[in-house]
Amino acid sequence: MEHHLILRVIAKLMIPLILVFALYVQFHGEYSPGGGFQAGVIFAAGFILYGLIYGLDKVRQVISPVTIRITAALGVLLYAGVGIAGLLLGGQFLEYNVLASDPVHGQHLGILLIELGVGTTVASVMIMFFYVFARP
Amino acid sequence: MNILAELLAYACLVSGAFFVIVGAIGVIRMPEFYTRLHAASVTETLGSILVIAGLVLLAGFSLVSVKLLMVLLFILFTSCTAVHALAKAAIHGGLMPETDDDD
Repeated sequence: MEHHLILRVIAKLMIPLILVFALYVQFHGEYSPGGGFQAGVIFAAGFILYGLIYGLDKVRQVISPVTIRITAALGVLLYAGVGIAGLLLGGQFLEYNVLASDPVHGQHLGILLIELGVGTTVASVMIMFFYVFARP
Repeated sequence: MNILAELLAYACLVSGAFFVIVGAIGVIRMPEFYTRLHAASVTETLGSILVIAGLVLLAGFSLVSVKLLMVLLFILFTSCTAVHALAKAAIHGGLMPETDDDD
């Protein structure tokens, strides 16, 4: 426990900031550089940092590999679901304009949901890579 | 006032770039691992502080300067920790610093 005291303290400070920054990149991605992919990678980097410093067992307690698989699939499901919703509401596949009563709001809602799906899947797959490669 | 701030900003940027170059030369020219680490940390502390201070002066009092200060804080926390981790890993790996007293 005494072994990497400085690393542990700094990681404890930094990991919440990394996760919040990932959410900022995710939801501010419409207006500034960023988006789902980058946010997912940053989000996963927080967990990978935790795993590198506190050990694989600890990070598996935080997010189990089964949960990771489920969330990875959920992101793709959300992406495809938005596309199908566009079809069902009378537009084309992934047409955002029909998602809300107002086309502008529809665009906002559509891109937000799509990016959320991308971010979820990318973060999950990144953490899954880490689990697979770090398996002893 | 504006011109003064701009001059100060460019002075900060140029001196920051100078320290970054000094750090880069040091990483190449220094004789062994720990002195190289020392040269690299010059880049990360003095160089980044001066460069970001210059950018803050250029950006003025706005959201951009707040973000730049947060970046600076993040760099100051993480780069020192990374250098510490590297040095500690090297010591644990059995690499001892070269001193004049050796052989």
